[in-house]
Parts: sequence; structure tokens; C-alpha cells
Amino acid sequence: MELSKTVNQSNTIITEKKYSPLKEFWKNWKRQKTALWASFFILLLIIIAVVGPYIAPYDPYKPDYNSMLQGPGSKHFAGTDEYGRDIFSRLLVGSRISLSVSFLSVFLGAIVGTILGLISGYFGGWLDRFIMRSSDVMFAFPDLLLAIAIVAILGPGLNNVVIAVSIFSVPSFARLVRGATLEAKETVFVEAAKSMGASHFRIMFQHILPETLGSLIVFISMRIGTAILAASSLSFLGLGASPETPDWGAMLSLGRDYLGTSSHVVMMPGIAIFLTVLAFNVVGDGLRDVLDPKTKNE
Amino acid sequence: MEKLLQIEKLETEFTKDKQALKILHGVNFHINKGEVLGLVGESGSGKSLTSLSIMKLFKGTSGEISGGRIQFNDQDLTNISESDMRKIRGKQIAMIFQEPMTSLNPVMKIGEQLLEPIRLHLGLKEKQAKAHAVSILKKVGIPRAEEIINEFPHQLSGGMRQRIMIAMAISCNPQLLIADEPTTALDVTIQAQILDLMKQLQQKENMSVLLITHDLGVVAEMCDRVVVMYAGRVVEEADVFELFESPKHPYTKGLIGSVPKLGQKKEKLDSIKGNVPDPSNLPKGCKFAPRCNNVMPICYQEEPPDLKLENGRSCSCWLYKEERGDICV
Repeated sequence: MELSKTVNQSNTIITEKKYSPLKEFWKNWKRQKTALWASFFILLLIIIAVVGPYIAPYDPYKPDYNSMLQGPGSKHFAGTDEYGRDIFSRLLVGSRISLSVSFLSVFLGAIVGTILGLISGYFGGWLDRFIMRSSDVMFAFPDLLLAIAIVAILGPGLNNVVIAVSIFSVPSFARLVRGATLEAKETVFVEAAKSMGASHFRIMFQHILPETLGSLIVFISMRIGTAILAASSLSFLGLGASPETPDWGAMLSLGRDYLGTSSHVVMMPGIAIFLTVLAFNVVGDGLRDVLDPKTKNE
Repeated sequence: MEKLLQIEKLETEFTKDKQALKILHGVNFHINKGEVLGLVGESGSGKSLTSLSIMKLFKGTSGEISGGRIQFNDQDLTNISESDMRKIRGKQIAMIFQEPMTSLNPVMKIGEQLLEPIRLHLGLKEKQAKAHAVSILKKVGIPRAEEIINEFPHQLSGGMRQRIMIAMAISCNPQLLIADEPTTALDVTIQAQILDLMKQLQQKENMSVLLITHDLGVVAEMCDRVVVMYAGRVVEEADVFELFESPKHPYTKGLIGSVPKLGQKKEKLDSIKGNVPDPSNLPKGCKFAPRCNNVMPICYQEEPPDLKLENGRSCSCWLYKEERGDICV
């Protein structure tokens, strides 16, 4: 009786110790105070992007010529623009555009870039040289200039902004993943998997890709900030969203004529862009500290 | 006895800066069915490269088989396609590596890794494959096998991980198991356990084993026959008892002599002077001549032939030229 009790106890101890990667991640993530808050901010942004149109106090498209260019006040939380539209409502509705454009373009770029990087690093040879030299050519252009050129070819519009931003993300992802692949492919477990008869495809996606995920996640989160900035810049230049859409970049562009008299028209979307980009960068930094095994247990 | 694997004049080379550097210079040996063959030699003598040549695993390096044959059953492994080779790897020839700490993928659960070859080669359904994996884990003496398959490699000790590597290797009942220094990274008590396990499994499954090691103690315990390699060549081949009883080649003598014996009252251990020669700058004649105690003028002139001696032994050394006149290649 006594014996079975102790056995039971030791069994529960073993099950309690069960390792869970998510729990471990959360434990480390909690320690990253700034990144934790930044991630809450991003979570909030995502919620706003989803429910924004339903909670906006005013119609973001409807002009109100009785209240043009009003400063922030009790009626209009963030003031109004030159057509009397409520800036706060436009920011709420516009968050969906900014986030979806940046997420979509970064993920598209990441998927294509990762596949190219894996192929390049894994197979090597002329394929590697071809992919890497092509991305060198892309790197030679300043990011935004390349995006402007692509949009100029494809024509303005949000869809084309997504394509442009994802195209200029591809080479950075390809290079990052290639580096990690080169390292992972020399490991003994990859050789062991080969000695068991695993195919190239399986080794690439089952064994090497997970090794690159850590740096990939960090890079994606940093890249989203860049993408928001790039998409806003394109809209600001009139190459992205059409002026009436409540895109943050387009709002900046509209407001710049009133910079001297009603600076809030520029300030409000500017602050929104600034905070969002900052949050993604801080989260990226935090993720790097948590996911990098070299800095993990310090 | 039936031969499972026969290697004839195997040559493997690496290319660096468009210059070929030959590492294996005509390696000859064979493995019989159900036999444990030890492959012995210093670091850099080409033992591991021989095993990698059999598996055709040169990773990203420029390694290439440039000559000779590797006859496995009725196939010549040197000229079959990569996709055919993939079907042989894991199913007919499996491999255990030196480092149990790094040969398992750290981010994959044990079960997933173990199921990889089972699914691939045996084509079992998910449930049967899992049952097979658990039974294999039990076979290699792993407690709570059902739980272990849901754990990650870092939760296990080195000995356990090597057991899992062995489980993976034998999961598809290979005919030949190549074990590349399987116990080097383990401590002595675990070493003995792992060797015992391998011997047991080998006898139960009637598997052939190519055991690569530089530990003569392991050889004595495990092997039926031994092949001694030096500078990319086979210098001696003999039955394990005869090898230890009367080593022929001065290099083998040196190797056996450098093992400290119990009750030995010497201050200094015997050793073979010098180092393994640089493969890009090999001496003329016998490659062991500069380090040999019995060196003769001819050793510096010409490479010794592979001499067949009594009891199926062979040795490539000029000392035995008079003993057996006829030269066998």
C-alpha cells in the first residue's frame, strides 16, 4: 500500500516535469518586458484591424464641411482633416489596410525567399550562384526605389504595393535562409537522416527548415515594420492606396499641405505609423533574445 | 561463407582547386553474411571515408569514388543512381554515427525521427508504424518506450540517444549495419552496454556489422575478423584471434603494443613514433616505412604487394615476401 503510493507520487512528478516548447517560450517571453508590452500593442492593433470599422465613432469616408481641419478635441478625438473627416475613425479603419498590406507582402516575400534560400543553400553549385547573384542585383537597388519601379511598371494600387514590397523582401529572406541552411546541412543529424534514405525534399523541409525558423521568425517581425513604412511611403507618393482610402500613408500625403496650420492632420497618422513600426521592431529584438540559443540561458 | 559486401580496389578522392587528392588507394576487403568485421586504424587512415564511400554520403564535399567496385549482394554500388541508393540506405545498409548527441535532430520528437525510415522503407500505416517503433525501442532496451517517442532528444542521456540511433538503424532490418565509432563519445559502462546490445542484436537478426573503431579492446570483444587500414590502404586482414595472437604487419604490432596491459610495470607507454602522413604528400614506397621498426631499403623504393598468407590472412609488407613468393592482388 505504502509502496504503491510512493510509485504514484513519483509518476505524477514525472508527468509534471513534461517539457513543452510553448511554455518554455512563454516563460522567457515574460522576462522581455518591453517586447511583452510591444506584443500586447500589436495584439491590440490586430484586434482594431478586425473590429475597426464597427467601433469607429464616425464614418471615415463621409465629408463634414462644418468641421474642417479641427484640432483634437472632445468631439473629434484626433481632430478632422481638410474634408472634415474624423481622423481617429480613419486611423482605426486604416489599420486594417496597413497591417494586411504589410503582413501579406512580408509573408509572400518570406515564402518565396525561404524556398529560394533553401534550394540555394542545400543544392549549391550553379543554382546557388544564380540565385545569389540575382539577389545581389536586387540588393543593388535601394529598397524603396525598387518598389517604386515595380509599382510604376504594374500601375498604382494596393495589390501592386503588396507585390512590390514582397519582391524586394525576397532577396533578404533568401540570403538569410541560405546562410542558416549551409550551417544546418553540415550537421550530423542531416547526415544521419540521409543515411536512413530520406529524400532531398524531406531533408530540406523536415530537418533544415525548422533549424532556420528561429532567425526567420525574428526577421519576419522586423521586416513587417519595414513593410509598413514602405507601403506608407508608396501611398504617400501616390503610388499606393487612392487618396480617399483611409490608408495611413495616404493620410500623411493629404495632410502635408496643412503642416504649418493644422499639423495634427500629419501628426496623427505619423504617430500611428511610428508606434506600429517601433512595436514590430521591439518584438523582433525580443524574439531574437528569446529564440537564439546562444543568448538563451544568460 | 557467403559474401555480403565485397570492396575491390576502391579509390576515393577529393577535388580541391581543380586538383584531385586521393585518400583511398585501392581498398580491398569483404564482409561475410552474419559477420562482424572490425575496421581499425589511426585517425586519418581512411576508415570513416571507406564507410561513407559505401553509403555514398559525401555531404557537400567534393568527395567522389574514382575507381574500384563495391559489390553489395548482386549490385555494384559505385554505379547505381542516387534514387536507387536512397532505397538501399536505411533499408539494406544502415549507419550509426559517432556522436549520439548531435545525430538526432534537436527539434524533432524521437517518435517522428524513428518513424521516418519505417514509413519510408516499410510502407506501414501510421498505427502499425508506431507499434513497430515502440517494439524496436523495447528491443534496444529503452524503458517507457511509449512515452519516449513523444519526447525530444535533449531530454535523454547520451547512452539512451545512442540506443535510439541503433533502434533507427535496425528498424528496417538492414543486412549490413555500419557503426562508425559508436561508443567513442560514451563513458565506459555505457560503452559496454551498447556493445553488448549490438552483439545481441547482430546475433539475433543475423546481421552483418562493419565496426569502425580505433579501440582495440572493442575489436577484441566484438569482431570476428579485422581489417587494419593505414594511409588509405588495407595493410592487414586477419581473424580476430590470430591478429592479437600473432600480428604480422609492423603497424598492427605497433597498435597492439601501444595498448597498456594490466600489471605492466613500465613508466612510459609504447607508441608508434611519428604521425600519419599528409595525404597530399605521401612518401614513396611503403607509406609506413618512415615510422616502421623493421624498415628495409626496398620499403623506400616500392610499395609492398598485398600478400596472401595462411588461414585467409593477408598482409601488405615486404617482410613476408620470402615467406610467400606468389603475389596476390
